Amino acid sequence: MNKPLRRIAIFCGLLVLTLLLRDNWLQYVKADGLKEDPKNRRVTIARYSTPRGDIIVSGGDPITGSTVTSKSGVNDLKYKRTYQNGPMWAPVTGYASQAFGANQLESIEDGILTGTDDRLFFRNTLDMVTGKPKQGGNIVTTLNAAAQKAAYNGLKAQGGKGAVVALDPATGKILALASFPSYDPSSFAGNSDTDAKAWKNLQKKYDPNDPMLNRALRETYPPGSTFKVVTAAAALENGKYTSADEKTDSPLPWIMPGTTTPLKNEGNIPCKNATMRVALQYSCNSVFGKIGADLGNDKMLAEAKKFGFDAEQFTPTRSSASVFSDNMNQSQTALSSIGQFNTAATPLQMAMVASAVANDGKLMKPYMVDKLQSSNLDTVAQTDPQELSQPLTSKNAQILQSMMETVVKDGTGKSAQIPGVTVGGKTGTAQHGVENSENPYAWFLSYAKTSDGSSPVAVAVVIEDDQANRDDISGGGLAAPIAKSVMEAVINSKK
Amino acid sequence: MSSTSPTNHTSTIGAIGAPSRRNTELALLVFAVAIPVFAYANVGLAINDSVPAGLLAYGLGLGLLAGVAHLVVRKFAPYADPLLLPLAVLLNGLGLVCIWRLDQSKLLQSLPTFVTAAPRQLLYTAMGIALFAVVLAFMKDHRVLQRYTYISMFAALVLLLLPLVPGLGANIYGAKIWIRVPGLGSLQPGEFAKIVLAVFFAGYLMVKRDALALASRRFMGLYLPRGRDLGPILVVWFISILILVFETDLGTSLLFFGMFVIMLYVATERTSWIVFGLLMSAVGAVGVASFEPHVQQRVQAWLDPMKEYTLSQQGVGGHSEQAQQALWAFGSGGTLGSGWGQGHSDLIRFAANSDFILATFGEELGLAGIMAILLLYGLIVERGVRTALAARDPFGKLLAVGLSGAFGLQIFVVAGGVMGLIPLTGMTMPFLAYGGSSVLANWALIGILIRISDTARRPAPAPAANPDAEMTQVVRPS
Repeated sequence: MNKPLRRIAIFCGLLVLTLLLRDNWLQYVKADGLKEDPKNRRVTIARYSTPRGDIIVSGGDPITGSTVTSKSGVNDLKYKRTYQNGPMWAPVTGYASQAFGANQLESIEDGILTGTDDRLFFRNTLDMVTGKPKQGGNIVTTLNAAAQKAAYNGLKAQGGKGAVVALDPATGKILALASFPSYDPSSFAGNSDTDAKAWKNLQKKYDPNDPMLNRALRETYPPGSTFKVVTAAAALENGKYTSADEKTDSPLPWIMPGTTTPLKNEGNIPCKNATMRVALQYSCNSVFGKIGADLGNDKMLAEAKKFGFDAEQFTPTRSSASVFSDNMNQSQTALSSIGQFNTAATPLQMAMVASAVANDGKLMKPYMVDKLQSSNLDTVAQTDPQELSQPLTSKNAQILQSMMETVVKDGTGKSAQIPGVTVGGKTGTAQHGVENSENPYAWFLSYAKTSDGSSPVAVAVVIEDDQANRDDISGGGLAAPIAKSVMEAVINSKK
Repeated sequence: MSSTSPTNHTSTIGAIGAPSRRNTELALLVFAVAIPVFAYANVGLAINDSVPAGLLAYGLGLGLLAGVAHLVVRKFAPYADPLLLPLAVLLNGLGLVCIWRLDQSKLLQSLPTFVTAAPRQLLYTAMGIALFAVVLAFMKDHRVLQRYTYISMFAALVLLLLPLVPGLGANIYGAKIWIRVPGLGSLQPGEFAKIVLAVFFAGYLMVKRDALALASRRFMGLYLPRGRDLGPILVVWFISILILVFETDLGTSLLFFGMFVIMLYVATERTSWIVFGLLMSAVGAVGVASFEPHVQQRVQAWLDPMKEYTLSQQGVGGHSEQAQQALWAFGSGGTLGSGWGQGHSDLIRFAANSDFILATFGEELGLAGIMAILLLYGLIVERGVRTALAARDPFGKLLAVGLSGAFGLQIFVVAGGVMGLIPLTGMTMPFLAYGGSSVLANWALIGILIRISDTARRPAPAPAANPDAEMTQVVRPS
């Protein structure tokens, strides 16, 4: 009987060996994946086991905080996120909720905020030796509190849906990033029934205004006439016209190639063979439509791409890609070149257009995280300004600047004038909906130039107002005053 | 003992003067008590920042129980295997610590099913060691069990069928393997049936082994048993299937059938029985799974634990998040674990301290801890098989290999289930898991193994005292 017994002994050994192998697979090979699985509650527990690091605006004030969770009932999460002026800053911070996870900066830099990031390893090891509890690091953003406040309050006073993005043209720093209507991430930061109800009511299903949509980065709108800045840049860059005051070859009415339809202008404006300066000042569709059709799809697309179209931006919060289509015929290209047809842009994208023009043709990569700090305020990472592309030569940029400045001085953008400051801008009223049946979007993009010739701010504002009278909507009327107050806020904070 | 050499008399085995190894056992027991005491202090420090108030009482209690068990072995089974008792005490002690640790979880305390389990488990352990002492004190020779072969069969059938009796059986989370005894709580008769059934198989196979082994036809390299010899295996197979269908317990039925096939193979030395056994279990398992929704669901949960988790989170009835939670617990433990008291295995919620207790060890002691625990179990099984090898009588050999084989299969089925290697079954880790039936039955099992190993290692009686008697035998004409 001993021979089968020995075999049974081996068999039992193999059973144990199989278990050992499986355990190594589970606890060594697969361990990290299981450990970091966002559905694994331990991830959430760790996130809230210590006070989370803060998100700080450039002036040094934190816009987030942490509070000890109430001890009632079973709660394995010790701390809860709080926000100052939550709705105003929500497009920047995103949310960190015990029950609903985290997004945007709260999620992207979660490692720093919870203190688990590898870049904090040295600090954490030191704390472990000295017995200090683990602490999260801070995120210092590039945002300007005054500009953000001006942007958000402007949108709020307006009352319609909309967004504002302000950039520092020389560096690409995001100075303001506002979206309206917004939400207060504090309202669902915990995991109680109240939080669940607040969360539910914010979903698009229950609130058609979709307050949780970050319109500044994630919504694309037809840019309308503001896109004519890109078309003008394409005309200058491709040598079609070499100065702002050269007469263009623009018949009126202009019949779009391949069709019998004339491209109409808004009202009776002097567009026949107008110079580009005049065409931009009066916002002539026929002039810029023809420029687009003459340059052709490829050249227009190439220029739009240089401004950042057709690519997502990572600020590090991801923005949607703006659209300028490929494979269009001449009439479609003409319509696209005045910001209609398929063309669509995020507010961030149009702010990038304004900032590239203001920065003498250089487009800087937009970013909102200036630096990451450990809990004792040592800098662990610093973002350096980075050039994204050069859509314009310096000379052409200055030509375009003078055209945009005329728009504010004498044209459709008069309401953005600031005494003592040179402002360049462009209004836009974009039609949308089937047969343009819905209320148009009001756009305004602008930049300010101080007396020393430097440009501290470029802004894009968009307002979608389905309450307002259709005739009232125009970039100059609705959007320009907000852009003006944001520019003023930035200029005043520099003083 | 080899059946082919009947002249191989017991007195020729060179066990004379073998050391009893009782002092080795005592030294190992010191470790087996000290390690859980340290673990207990560790849990207290991690959870409450203080050494638990009950540390001394716990240490003394476990030490006392181990000491009593040791003295009983010294008195009634002085030549027993020195590893079995310390291994069982160590696992039982660690299990107690882990159960106490889970008792401290606020999450588990909030569940409606929560009971303070550690004091009860300590009581069960005391009862288990008492049963262990009774087995050793009153069963002087394991061969007396042979007399109860057919009574055992009857008892095993009764135990297995009890959960099906209306009013007595309790369906706890899908598996009907429990009975409710008024005043005592629930019992898992299957744990005891494991031992009783091993006694029956050993007694039955010892008598029938020659018929089963020799009366067979050779076909394609395999010895095919005669039709009428197939009877018993068919009966056991059928009972296993019945358990699977009516008690919806995959683990128990696999365990019993596996134990029977192992013992049959050892008794007959015919590989063909293993082939038959594997074929029959495959047919049975696939057959039942094709119409039994509970088994199907277990298989689904095993193939895609994440989907099962999602369904349970959505509140779909009959789905359980436990399998995925256990995997997360293991993964989060990693190589070295989070340390005692610092994991979050209470997220498993129901049965965290019984069926899923291994996940807590996995998270808090890590890969290193689980490997150590698996090796401890492996040692118990191999010492059991070693006892079977050393035993001098076929009944003892069969009983020892049956019990240790069943023990090994149970470890594989439970640990494999919790680690997602095979579908989950409703069984518990011997000694570690919370549960009175399991603790009692496994202490009895260790008692029987110790009894057999004592008989096997005991020095042979001194040669016959009267040399004349031998002389007369020598001169007798043959």
